[in-house]
This record gives sequence, structure tokens and C-alpha cells, in this order.
Amino acid sequence: MQFMLLFSRQGKLRLQKWYVPLSDKERKKISRDLVQTILARKPKMCSFLEWRDLKIVYKRYASLYFCCAVEDQDNELITLEIIHRYVELLDKYFGSVCELDIIFNFEKAYFILDEFLLGGEAQETSKKNVLKAIEQADLLQECTFPV
Amino acid sequence: MSDVVEKTLSALPSLLSLDSQAGAGKLSPSSKLGNLIKGITELTSKHEEERLIKKELESIKEQVASPNTTMRQMKEIMVRAIYCEMLGYQASFSYIHAIKLAQQGSVLEKRVGYLAVSLFLNETDEFLLLLVNTVLKDLQSTNLIEVCMALTVVSQMFPKDMIPAILPVVEEKLTHPKEIIRRKAVLALYKFYLIAPNQVQHIHSKFRKALCDKDPGVMTASLHIYLQLIKENPESYKDLTGSMVTILRQVVGGKLPLDFNYHSVPAPWLQIQLLRILAYLGKEDQGTSEMMYDVLEESLRRAEMNHNITYAILFECVKTIYTVHPKSQLLEKAAECIGNFVLSPKINLKYLGLKALTYVVQQDANLALPHQMTIIECLDHSDVIIKRETLELLFRITNAQNVTVIVEKMLEFLRLTCDDYSTIDLVGKVAELTMNSVFSLGGDVMQPDIPNNFLRLLAEGVDNVEDRQLRLFAVDSYVSLLQGETAKLPQRFLQVISWVLGEYSYLREEESDPGSVMRLLARLLDQRHTSTETRSWVLGAMTKLCSSPVSVALARDVCERYFWLWCSFIPQVDSSLSFLDGYVSEALAAGAAPYKSPHQRQEDLVQEKALSLEPYGLSLPVSLSSCSITDRRSPTLLSMSSVSQCYFSSTTLKLEGVKRVWGKDGYLAQQQSAGETPTPLVELPSPLLSPQSPPSQTQKPSSGLEPDQEKRQLASSLFVGLGSHNSVCLVRFPSTVWLFIKHCQSANQSNVVKALFKPLRTLDHTTSNGNPHVEGTEQRVEAGGPLSLIRGNGMVAVVPPTHTQTDPQTQQDLHPAPALERPRDLPLTSHLPAELSGLARSEFTPLCSDQDSSLALSACRVYKEDALVLLVFISNNNDSALHQMALQLTCKELEVYIFQTGLNNKVPLFFSEIPVGRSRNQDRNTRGSSNRDLEKPRIFCENFRNSCMPLTVSTGDYGKMWLSFSHDLKQNLQLVTTEHQEPLTATLDALKGKLHLHVVDIIGSEGIVACRLLQGPGQGQPCLLHCRVHADSLAVWLRSPVPELPDSLLYHCQKALTET
Repeated sequence: MQFMLLFSRQGKLRLQKWYVPLSDKERKKISRDLVQTILARKPKMCSFLEWRDLKIVYKRYASLYFCCAVEDQDNELITLEIIHRYVELLDKYFGSVCELDIIFNFEKAYFILDEFLLGGEAQETSKKNVLKAIEQADLLQECTFPV
Repeated sequence: MSDVVEKTLSALPSLLSLDSQAGAGKLSPSSKLGNLIKGITELTSKHEEERLIKKELESIKEQVASPNTTMRQMKEIMVRAIYCEMLGYQASFSYIHAIKLAQQGSVLEKRVGYLAVSLFLNETDEFLLLLVNTVLKDLQSTNLIEVCMALTVVSQMFPKDMIPAILPVVEEKLTHPKEIIRRKAVLALYKFYLIAPNQVQHIHSKFRKALCDKDPGVMTASLHIYLQLIKENPESYKDLTGSMVTILRQVVGGKLPLDFNYHSVPAPWLQIQLLRILAYLGKEDQGTSEMMYDVLEESLRRAEMNHNITYAILFECVKTIYTVHPKSQLLEKAAECIGNFVLSPKINLKYLGLKALTYVVQQDANLALPHQMTIIECLDHSDVIIKRETLELLFRITNAQNVTVIVEKMLEFLRLTCDDYSTIDLVGKVAELTMNSVFSLGGDVMQPDIPNNFLRLLAEGVDNVEDRQLRLFAVDSYVSLLQGETAKLPQRFLQVISWVLGEYSYLREEESDPGSVMRLLARLLDQRHTSTETRSWVLGAMTKLCSSPVSVALARDVCERYFWLWCSFIPQVDSSLSFLDGYVSEALAAGAAPYKSPHQRQEDLVQEKALSLEPYGLSLPVSLSSCSITDRRSPTLLSMSSVSQCYFSSTTLKLEGVKRVWGKDGYLAQQQSAGETPTPLVELPSPLLSPQSPPSQTQKPSSGLEPDQEKRQLASSLFVGLGSHNSVCLVRFPSTVWLFIKHCQSANQSNVVKALFKPLRTLDHTTSNGNPHVEGTEQRVEAGGPLSLIRGNGMVAVVPPTHTQTDPQTQQDLHPAPALERPRDLPLTSHLPAELSGLARSEFTPLCSDQDSSLALSACRVYKEDALVLLVFISNNNDSALHQMALQLTCKELEVYIFQTGLNNKVPLFFSEIPVGRSRNQDRNTRGSSNRDLEKPRIFCENFRNSCMPLTVSTGDYGKMWLSFSHDLKQNLQLVTTEHQEPLTATLDALKGKLHLHVVDIIGSEGIVACRLLQGPGQGQPCLLHCRVHADSLAVWLRSPVPELPDSLLYHCQKALTET
């Protein structure tokens, strides 16, 4: 995977994770173009896009768009399931996740993502294992810094 | 699960109102980040947001610089900085503090620090060097979480040069008791392998250990490395095939812990990864492939649940099956699977189905066949992505037959997506490439609107760089095409080429001399395979190119030779010729004489008339039905099925009485043409030519072809009931005159030209009622006649007599008093195509006519440099105009060209060529004179007379040839005596007339003559005659490189002279 973007229906970026080295300028251009392209698409349309030399897989969950860029030989459907698994993880972690959870706790969303995907590859596909790892880290920080 | 998620998320917009308490409540509503986010949500304009963020960044900057800021505060600040960056604002001042946070913070703060670093920085960032020590320290930490964080950041980015510093520690982690550490270590090594493969080469054995790790997560992670390794070098890892197959079998068999199930499917990610690896291993390797057939089949079988994830596995499985060495049984199943995808109502699956098809049709195009209808539907799908994939699929299965539709569809797509540069660029190139191969492949068979669409595509683009590149590319490729052999290119393609060159040659003007394109076009014009229609396109292009002196000179030259074509071209475009005014005046200014057509020139000899273009204004449109031209390249095809056709826009065919006696060019004939010229032909405007087309459109070739299309439609609807012949021709005009000239390969090879006129059952009863002709009437033309060239071939002409009721007004106009006295040869002469008019030819000979002589066929032979051309004219001897005329030609051996000039009442109809060097006549009949045996070559047959062509040589060349020829013959011949000519001259003239010899020179009582053979065994070979008047006979000395030729020629000379 080359990058993952989360953005709202209004086109606001909620999360961005880049697995390929790109300059700040390139990142901005890509996300701007891509957000525009995807928002212009109708709901019943295909979840896959050939965009520039990339293959884009996106899915909309309520007001949030999850969008991944993968290489040409990658399996689109499994990428779609990666997105879904990520949403499931978020849902489990936040308990009925909503966009605001992601907005206000975006760093948590990043932690979950990092535990699930590493360097652009699925690291741990077991939901239980991912959440366990996150919980451990969270627990540790709470123990260290009791409020 | 997903339903729940979606439901929850859909409740969100209401929450995301101005007051976002609810969501913020989960965190700390009072936190600074919460405030910032709330603040931003409340804003209405981008400008306000900018101001707010700027303020925020100022405050962050101030705080991070302050020594009093605690690490805990720093963590909070860093989160805000990340947020600002995500919104697109630069917070580069905080990068160093992020590193500091990762270095100095507690576990909690470190986590945010590492996150900020991974989000802010790039692999190439120099700041990362500052992180190396921190990472190293954390890797060695006893705190599991710290090690995890360090490995996580390492797997995402690490300076390449610093890898050796931490590599041993990471390697060590491969044996860590905790699987999460081992897993992250494997992924870190994978990352190292990607950025610096050489550095991790020595640990390949450890990778193998990871592959065999008891934890499935670690094993899965190691597959990333193996996928990469095997992809790059499958040969070195063939031994892993067994292990991979075993793993896959276990996974598919559900041997993994349930944790790894995803929607009840066991470890789909792992399965897909394994399938991909197997594809690389089994590719082009039968042995390895055989090992995996079973497990592939099992995967296919197991993945039957109706869920996206099973489709993902199926898709990967199909891909693998089609990549490895084929096994028919598996292929069948895979094809079935693809079918399910394609037919699925789910758009994502449909897309993947098309994609899979695209992939597999490269191996077997037939796989697309069962899905034709779906594919057609997908072509019109509302989703551009589906369309594009479908086009891609079609692109792969393009062949000569379907090329038409596919290209059409591609162009359609192109027009739709003209706003998308990348698309137009991509598909434009695809189309461009296809166009070239397609045009030369499918060429003439395709619908005329396809090239039109292509041209429109070229023409309509905005003037941006891509379009210019596309055009320039087209021009360049076409120029290089024209520089090569053009004979094989289909006419339509040549037309497209002409147009493109005409329009866009200026794009390459800088790099080449302006005349080069012009010369290429002129060359095209001169080639005999170029059809009339194409010629007019070429001329159109040349008009556009007349910008430089070189071009103008060339154009002037061309112009004079091809005026007759101009005549047919121009009306189609602009009957007033206004667009040529500039060019004409330019040419005139450059000293060119005002143009006169051959027949006008004759006219002018008699009565200095001013140039009048009126008659041309009504000449026929160039729009020959494409098949009339196309099929002629294959004579066999002609005989088998196709029939060359042509049709006439009848209103311009005004047929006046012409007698059957052929005179020589003379005064009266000139009078006739003079009489014709002022005929107000405009009163009978052809619907095609009426000036309704505005000049602005005229330059668009596309508009010129549309009537053609119309005609096809009309033709099919009009002639549906006829069906007597395998092709239906004609067009637009209900038949009143049908003329079939058929080449019957009759068995008896009779030396009779049959001219059989019989009535045709016409569609129109009223007209056929008045039919005076009796079916079966035959007229025979004796052997030895002028048509002996097609002797042995039957010829059938069918003419129903019905000339339509002529408009009385027209009839009057066409009925000038002296009409009956006109000799006819001259009018026909003037109708010779310009290309042929200067060449030696035989007299016009009437072939046949129907009973009341209303229609007559006449023919003449024209001797071209490389071919003998047989011209057949159809003329109307009646006073009434022919409003409709249909002509069907079937010809087995001759190449038939169809000409129409539509000038009044003579229609030089078609001609066929017999190129020198091609044997046409298989007739072994040796009716020749002398006492030769049967082995005697064919040149002695009577056909010799028609096989003989003048050989134009200079006296000097004659002398050289004479000396080099070995076979000679001497004989005395009788002299022809006439009143007012020298015997020698008279004799040679007679020979010249009968045998088409070329009289090279006459000096005193000696004359030298040359000829060559057109066909037969000695084709192309010359024969020279030296004649000397001796007493009252002519001493002839013949020489030739072919032994029999002098003998044969001598015989024919004798015969010819006896006849006179």
C-alpha cells in the first residue's frame, strides 16, 4: 500500500498515512486531487479507481471516506477488506465509532492503524491481537500517568 | 458488524453541528485540541481558518520554545501540531521537538513523539539521524511497549545509511519470546530489504526461520519478504513451493486459530499472499505448477461463501491459475469463476470480472465470447471506470473483424472524457496506435464514420500540449508511412492520412522542408491504386498546404493533371470554388495560365470562350460507395462474391442522341461541346450538390462522407427486395436502367463477345410495361473485333429501356438542333480521364447497344507505361435524360476501376488495367499462323495484337538495343500505297495503327520501329524493326531478345498489311 487517507464528505482530511516517501507538496497535491475525484463519484459506482498510475480503493462509511492507494498487482477486494477491518477495529476500540471520535482522537486512530498495518503491509490480521496490543500500550500509559 | 458501524456513523452529521460537545465529551472538552477543533468547526470561511491556525501555530511555537513546557504539555502540543499539519499548514518548527519528545518522554509521551515523527518526517529527512540513538536505546529497552514503538517507527522509515547501526539488534528480536516483537522485527527487516537489499542478504536463513515460526502472525509477516524475494528471483526459491502449498492447505483447511478468521474465512490475507507467491513460483514452470494444482482447486472449492472476502480469494486464485502452467480442468473452473464475477450485479465484482477477463483473453480470446452481451452493456455503463476497463478488454481482443466497433467505442469514450487529461492521453494513444494498425488492417471495410470520429478527435481537442503532441505524432507516423510502400494501405486510411497531413503538417514544418509532405501527397496521387475518392482527399490536403513556393509549383503541376478530379471534388465542398480563389489568384500571380480542362481547351480552339465552371458545378459527387473501390484489389474475390458498383447522381446525366458511327475529332464535335457548355444545367440540381452546405463546413471531410452513410442506409432499405445478386449496389435512385456487364468464364472460350440485352424485371411496373425489348435478344460482335482483349469472356448487358420521363424543360434545353449530326468520338475523347488522355490508345469501338440504340457501350484501349487499360464507356443516345442508372460489374480477371465524370451524356464508366508483367490470359489456344507446333508460346496466338504495346525509345537507344539483341529475322513485306503519303510512311502508319508499334524515326527510305509485349511469356520484352523500302516491297529486319517474338510480330505485320 502506498498511502491511506481518511476524509470527510466535505473534503476535510481526517487522517493521512504515507508509506512511500513523498514531499510535502506532492502529498498535498495528491490528497487534494484524489479527494475531489472521489467526492465527485456517485454512491453506486465502483469502489476502484485507476488514478494516474495508482489503483485507488475507497469506501464510504457514513460521512467518512476511507481511501487506499495500492500497486497494480494488488488485490482490490482484499484492500477493501483492509479498510473494513480497520473500521471494525476503530469501532471496537471506540465502541460505535463516529467521525468525531476520529477527529478528536486522531492520534489513537493512528496508533490502531500502525498496529494493523506496518510499512504499508497488513501486520496483524487478527482483530484480537491488534486490540490487545493497543490496550497494553494504553494501559501502560495510564499506569504511568494516573490522572 | 459493518451495519452497526455504518449506522453509527450515519448518525454523525447531526452531531457535527456547531456544538460538538458530544464527541468532544469523550475526550477532554476542555483540552486545547478540543478547543481548536471546535473553533475550526465553527468557522465559515477558509480565510478565517487560516487566521485561526496561524494564531494556533504561533502559540505552539512559543510553547515548544519555552523551557518551562513539560513533556506532558509537549505531548499535547504535538497532537495539535499534527492536526495543523493535517489541515495543510506547515509546522516544521515542531519537527525537532517531536524527536525530542520521542527521546526524552515517558512511554506515553514517547508514543506521541514517535507518531509525530512518522507523520512529519520523510525517509530522506536529515532529522531522522537524530532519532537513530533513541531508536537504538528503545530497541534494547526491557519495556515491551518501547521496543514495539521503536520497531514500528523503524518499519515505517529509517535512514538507509544507518541501517547497519541497528540491524544486529533488530535481528536479535527475531528470536524474541514475544510474537508481537518477532512480527515487528520481521516487518522491519522487510522494510530494510526494500530500501537496502544488500544489507540484509546475510540473514536469509533467519527469514526461513520466521517462515516456520509457530505464530501465524510472524509467519504471515515473513511472507511479505518472501513475496518480494520470489518476485525478483523465483528460481532461487522453487524449493519453498512445497512449504507454501502445505501452509495454504492448512490455512484453507481451517487449521489456524479462529482469531485469524475474518468473517468466517480463515486468514484471507494469508491465503492471498500465498496465492500470489505460488503464482510467481509456478509461472512458466510445469513441475512446480503441478505441485499446486490440488491446493488451488481446493481454494476455489472452499471459497464459495457469498462474501467479498471470498471473492477476493477467488479472484487471486483465478489470477494464479492463469499465471501458472495451465491445467485445462482448473482453467475451466477459473473461467466459470470469472463468469460469475462478470455477471455479478455488484459493480466491484463486475469490474474485477472485466479485469480478470482482460487478463485471460490474452491467452484465449474465446473466453470473452460467453460474455459478449455483458461486455456490451458495460460499454455503456454509467461508471467511467467500468467503461474504461471494458475498453481495455476490447483492446485486447481487437481483430480485423471487430475493430470497427471497438474503435468507435473508444472514440466515444474519448469524447466523453475530454476533460480528463490523463485519460485522453492514455486512451488517445491507444486509439492512435490502434487506428494505424486498424486502418491498415480493417481499412476499407469499416464504416466511414470511424475515420471521421478519429479525425474529429484530432480536430476538436483544445489547443493544448497533449493535443498538439497527438497531432504531431499522427503527422509524423503518417509521413513515415507514406515514405514507405503505400500500395497496401486501404483507401480510407489514405484519406485519413491526407486529411491529417493537410491539417497538421504545419506542426512539423520547422524540421522539414515544406515541399516534402506535398511531394509525398503528389506521389500518392500518381499511383494507380489510389482511388478517385482518395485522390480528392489528397487534393484537398494539397490545397491546404499551398503555403510555400515549392508547394505552389507542385500544386500547379498536379492541378493541371487532375483537373477532372478537382471537378468532382470541388462541388462536394464548395460549388462556388470560393475557397480556391486565394490559391488561384496566387497561382495566377505567380504566372500560371488560367486553367482549362482538356475538353475546354478544345472548345477554346474553336470559339474563344471564357472559362466557365458551371458544368462542373454539377458533376458527380465523389462519394463512390466505398465497396466499389475496396474490393477491386482482389480479383478472385470479385468473381466470387463481390460486384463492383457505381452509381450516378442521375440528374446530371443528360443523355443526348449519339450515333453509333464513330468519327474522328472534328469541327462538328467541337460545336457540340460548345453547344453543351451553356446548357443551364443548374436547373437540375442534384440533391447532393445543391449549395445548401455552407462553405464553413466544406473543409471538413467528415461532412463529405455523411451522405455516404445515408446512402448505405438508403441502399439497404431500397434494394432489399432485389436480392438477385450477392451485393447490392446502388443507391438513392430507384432503378430504371440496369446494366450488368458480366464476365462469364464460359467454357467454350468462344471468340464472340456476347452482348446480350434483355429487359430486367424492374421494380416499377409502369416502366417495365412499356418495355419494347424482347428477352433474349442477342447481338454478336465478330471475333477479331476491338474487344478481343476480353474475348473468351462473356459479356452481358441488361438494359431495361425505361428512360424516365424527362422534365420537358430540360428536354428542350438538351435538344439543340444539330445534335443528330454530331460525330461521337470526340465527346468520348474528352471524357477520357486526364491520366489517360495523353497516352496512345485505340479508337473508340462500339461494342453493343440495345435495340433502339438508346444506350450504347463502347470501348477503347489505352496503352499506359505499365499497363493496358480497357476503357468502357456507356453513353446514352437518347434525347431524354437518364435519371437513374445502376451498374453492376462482375469481373474475374480484370481490375476494375470506376470513373464517373458525369459530364452530360457520356459516361466514361470504368476501365480495367492489365499490368505488364502479369499473365492474365490462360488461353493456350494457338490459332497462330505459321507452322509451329503446339509448344509454341502463347504470344503467337491472336491475342498478340492486343499484347503489343508501343515502346518509346530514342534513336540512340534503339541503336544500342539493336546491337544487343540476338534473335533476328528478315522478310519482305508489301507496301501500302495511298494517294497522299509516302509508301513507307503509309505502311508504318498502318502498322502503328493496327499493332500499336512505335515509329522511332524515319530517315529517307528507312524507318525504325519499336514495340514490346504486354503479356505472355515474353512480357515486357522489346522487339525492334528496321524497315527499308526496296523496290516495291518493304524489307523488314526484326530483332528481339526473345526467339519467337520476331516471327510472331512479322506474321502480324503481314496480316495487318494484307487487311489494308
